[in-house]
Amino acid sequence: MVQLTLPKNSRITRGKVWAKPKGAKNLRTFKIYRWNEEDGKNPQVDTYFVDLDTCGPMILDALIKIKSEIDPTLTFRRSCREGICGSCAMNVDGINTLACIYGMDQIKGDVKIYPLPHMPVIKDLIPDLTHFYAQHASIMPWLETKTDRPAKEWRQSIEDRKKLDGLYECVMCAACSTSCPSYWWNGDEYLGPAALLHAYRWIIDSRDEATGERLDNLEDPFKLYRCHTIMNCTKTCPKGLNPAKSIAAIKKMMVERVV
Amino acid sequence: MADVERGKRPLSPHLTIYRPQITSISSIFIRITGNALLISTLLLVGWVLGAAIGPTAFGVINFIITSWFGNLVMALSLWALCYHALGGLRHLIWDSGRGLGLKVAEAMGWAMMFGSFILSLLTIWLLKG
Repeated sequence: MVQLTLPKNSRITRGKVWAKPKGAKNLRTFKIYRWNEEDGKNPQVDTYFVDLDTCGPMILDALIKIKSEIDPTLTFRRSCREGICGSCAMNVDGINTLACIYGMDQIKGDVKIYPLPHMPVIKDLIPDLTHFYAQHASIMPWLETKTDRPAKEWRQSIEDRKKLDGLYECVMCAACSTSCPSYWWNGDEYLGPAALLHAYRWIIDSRDEATGERLDNLEDPFKLYRCHTIMNCTKTCPKGLNPAKSIAAIKKMMVERVV
Repeated sequence: MADVERGKRPLSPHLTIYRPQITSISSIFIRITGNALLISTLLLVGWVLGAAIGPTAFGVINFIITSWFGNLVMALSLWALCYHALGGLRHLIWDSGRGLGLKVAEAMGWAMMFGSFILSLLTIWLLKG
């Protein structure tokens, strides 16, 4: 349901302003969301100052610098540092993106960093993605076949393979789903852009033989049709994919199969 | 794996920190105009109802509707109607699978914003002429 305000325990309070590094001339201000279960306090936004002369260009570089030089308790997920693992998805400067491939030069003024929006927070910038992953699993993200297994492999023409471009690149970072107001209000039942893009990826796979069942699974007032083409998903996707278009394509298939 | 139902966990901020997009703003305005039009429809129903009841009742409701406040409400409703119609048109285009690229989608959002004003002014000009 729509709840515009944050619950009491989630309201953000003013946080700590950390000391500026000594002798630094090229400082950038970072305002970062902090919360941990142990201290029993509400979330707060801490202010850090990063010396850009000794820092890499990306948001993730600054986060790692803060963690290693200023505040080792700052907690965030990261792994590949090249936009392929999807771990460091977070809200930077008002949009969801991967910290590792978002340059600081793309932002004017203070850099504001929050966890992915409208998610339960485990600690600092780490959201709980359990439900998000369960939704992904619910669309059966694998090849479903009924005919006998071929001797070598499931073949696919070059043209049919091309249909998967713009879909298979998704790294499940959750930036799109957590940017979607429909997912904010109805995320318990609405599958969200990421899971639906994956659903479409298997629906149009020429080798898959469960298209009907897949569409049946989505024939539901909430799972698919809570998408109102708000397009925050497409706008924010760090990989430049278009989940809104995939969802529209599924809706179109739903109509086409009954007329 | 972390437990979703753990009550202590705060909900991360959403509306207040997410940057408005032309696609999201143009979308929420479809809903706002749609709901607002319900109120102006009731006003129009009241007008017809007043005419059905008799001259005194009609006098009262007609006074309200043709006052400066009534004119303002009607002018805004006209804009809302134009906007909502353009929004519906955009959904029709989207439902056909077209115009889902980011650039076109954003352009359509702006077109709704400006187009609704142009259509409203055009309607007022035609009604006056």
